[in-house]
Amino acid sequence: MHPEHWMSVEEAGLFCRPANLYIDPMLPVTRAVVTHGHGDHARSGHQCVYASALTLKIMTTRYGEDMAVSPLPLRMGESVVLGDEHDPVLLTLYPAGHILGSCQVLLVYRNTRLVISGDYKRRDDPTCPPFEVIPCDVFITEATFGLPVFTHPPIEQEIQKLLTSLRVFSHNCHLVGTYALGKCQRVIIALRQAGYHKPIYIHGALEKLCKLYADEGLELGELILVNDVIDKQTLTGEIVLAPPSALNDRWSRKLPDTRTVLASGWMQIRARAKQRQVDLPLIISDHCDWPELIQTLEEVSPQEVWVTHGREDALVYQASRMGFKAKALSLIGYEEDEENG
Amino acid sequence: MEAFSELLEQLYFTRGTKAKATLIEDYLHRTPDPDRGWAVAALAGELRFDFFKRNTIKALMLTRTDPTLFALSYDYVGEMSETVAHLWRPEENKAWTTPLPGLATLVDQFAVAKKQQVPNLLAQWLDVMTPAQRWALIKLGTRGLRVGISARSMKHILANYGGVSINDIEALWHGIAPPYSTLFSWLDGTGPKPDIANQVTFHPVMLAHPLDEQTRQKLVIKDWQVEAKFDGIRVQLVSKPSGKALFSRTGDDISHAFSDLLDTIDHHCILDGELLVMHGAKIDTFNQLQKRLNKKRPSSSLMASLPAAMMVYDVLQYDNKALSHLPLSQRRSALQSLMAKMANPRLHLSPCYDVTSHEQLALLHHSLCKTPENEGLMLKRKDSHYIPGRPKGIWYKWKRDPLLVDAVIMYAQRGHGKRSSYYSDFTFGAWEGDTLLPIGKAYSGFTDADLKKLDNWVRRHTVGRFGPVKEVQKKLVVEVAFDAVHLSTRHKSGLALRFPRFHRIRWDKPADEADSLDTVKALIPPSSHHGD
Repeated sequence: MHPEHWMSVEEAGLFCRPANLYIDPMLPVTRAVVTHGHGDHARSGHQCVYASALTLKIMTTRYGEDMAVSPLPLRMGESVVLGDEHDPVLLTLYPAGHILGSCQVLLVYRNTRLVISGDYKRRDDPTCPPFEVIPCDVFITEATFGLPVFTHPPIEQEIQKLLTSLRVFSHNCHLVGTYALGKCQRVIIALRQAGYHKPIYIHGALEKLCKLYADEGLELGELILVNDVIDKQTLTGEIVLAPPSALNDRWSRKLPDTRTVLASGWMQIRARAKQRQVDLPLIISDHCDWPELIQTLEEVSPQEVWVTHGREDALVYQASRMGFKAKALSLIGYEEDEENG
Repeated sequence: MEAFSELLEQLYFTRGTKAKATLIEDYLHRTPDPDRGWAVAALAGELRFDFFKRNTIKALMLTRTDPTLFALSYDYVGEMSETVAHLWRPEENKAWTTPLPGLATLVDQFAVAKKQQVPNLLAQWLDVMTPAQRWALIKLGTRGLRVGISARSMKHILANYGGVSINDIEALWHGIAPPYSTLFSWLDGTGPKPDIANQVTFHPVMLAHPLDEQTRQKLVIKDWQVEAKFDGIRVQLVSKPSGKALFSRTGDDISHAFSDLLDTIDHHCILDGELLVMHGAKIDTFNQLQKRLNKKRPSSSLMASLPAAMMVYDVLQYDNKALSHLPLSQRRSALQSLMAKMANPRLHLSPCYDVTSHEQLALLHHSLCKTPENEGLMLKRKDSHYIPGRPKGIWYKWKRDPLLVDAVIMYAQRGHGKRSSYYSDFTFGAWEGDTLLPIGKAYSGFTDADLKKLDNWVRRHTVGRFGPVKEVQKKLVVEVAFDAVHLSTRHKSGLALRFPRFHRIRWDKPADEADSLDTVKALIPPSSHHGD
């Protein structure tokens, strides 16, 4: 049966009726599946939550032990049967390549396959397994960077920009805005891979998630809390990571002569960087750029494409040009602050 | 070109005039003539021709991309140059070769290229440039560089570079042309100061600051010359043995549009004043002047029915004698005798008011604000020299309070430049019965925090879209401020507001309590009902 008869957009979010299951719901519900740990997808207060063990760990780190009544970890590729046993919905998770623990959700109902890809990317990311192409009838994709102006340069090139700036502006503290989950740890690892082995200083809001990544065996090197630095003047010429909201906040005023850096896919649009009063924009994204979105549509090659949050107009248009039936799903609430780009 | 593109990139992201000035000075030191002169011209907004039109770029871009995707990208990015810089895909792996030619070579190539050669030339360069270089070339070629350097700050930088006074640079500026080789040889100490005495050039005008209540109360009235503030446009009339011209306040030559005024001038002088439409001594409305401003070459019947005149308030030069270093009181007496000598019916002396107390000043302001040809009054220190730019505490304008109405937001569009990708351009309307009719558009008057809130509101309340324009639920009331309202056949509501801007956002106010069209119409000054 076509998914438009068993999937709907409700106030809480995308809903699968025969499984009584919400996908990344915004409001507390009885049964949810959560694709990944970013705050706009993973909320607390649900009854049962299906997710990868790592996503559940991230949610516990963020919201505490009682973030849900029954957290139900699923391994990648492991299926669970939901709904009426004579008319079941099969739920399976697959890697999405977005951040640690991120998954796509495959729902199979009456021989029809629907993939909700959540947020995803196609670049190498040492913190998570790569996106897997899952054949399906309907493919639901995000479109955060769904315009042909977005082509993300290699992360190595962007990290070099930061290292060059550190050399040229050696008297400035380089304050780098990175989203606390995923972006932060990816930037740290990329710095280490580029040969930067000095301690990296972090804002308190990044501490727990960095520890979680380190506990999962990802080498982040020496991290020091800015709060533990007694003489802040010693941060001259050092790298300090903070959530983007702290860049122009009172918190950053105690740092010596800052040069403001922001790592985000949005930084490709110079006016965006300017709006954020950024001195050095780094185009580093955990989402697909335009060529990757197109590549993914080609590889998945579904019957139909549904586009969720982002620049949906352009991607719907492009998918139609490529011969897919396509439509936009208006899901509100995701990507409100645009800080996890 | 690499150096220029890099400079622009740095200037774009660098905050603070001082830091920007350091970057430019450094560039001037390490860049040879004539490249650096063209860079100065580009940054100061002194390039006098477009390399290519925006339409040429757009047409060229559409040969390489899908029109719908281009339109959606442009709508999102909010800026043509950057959209093209990112969207451009080089033909057959030509990508990114170095070195590119110098800036002057590129300027020359585009200057001599025939119209039909331009697209090929442009495509050829876009193919081999990085996105940042493409952006620089398009910005340069369409004269749209906005990297936070004003013409004035460029002059400061040049003065600093050569160790000369800013006033020297100002005085020379409109008599020299890019790539400024004579200027640079003077600044480098290898040549004489350029001589521009006989040229008919624009002299940057002196501007006034708005007067706030606190400052006003502290003024010692007897030190100030008080004049009406006329509702026309600021002009400078330059008449020399070698020729004459009328300039706008930004230095644009508008002589041809106002030849009826200019033809009557036969004395040699530089006058500062307000351009108005006048029937003898009677001043017509700004709305009528607008009809003249819209015509670059007006017909003789238009010139006869709406004759141009000038309300003169200052004199900078007379018979080749510079007067700008004299105090205003002395310039005023020189102006009075000059005006008497000229006895030109098109030139009127701006009257000074005899005011001796704060009470009288307030009364005068009140009465001047009631006449449609004025928009308040001017206060100028009697001992002030004529200083180009907007020096502090010397000249003030005390304008009429703005008019206010409560209007309802109807449509929103994304902004450009700094506000690209935010919904920041709003069409608002007033009620006629139970229908809303649009009465104007506003882009300003809100804070960055308001802007974010408005943007969010638009996204959540969109009910339809027409290309880049979003129609929103008719729910949000804004208090709109504007300088005047006139009848106009151009808009469905029959009204046109002058300089509308947000005054306050009334998140609390229900839309049905916004003002009616009749309330807005009641604000039309009585004398302008005949027009339009």
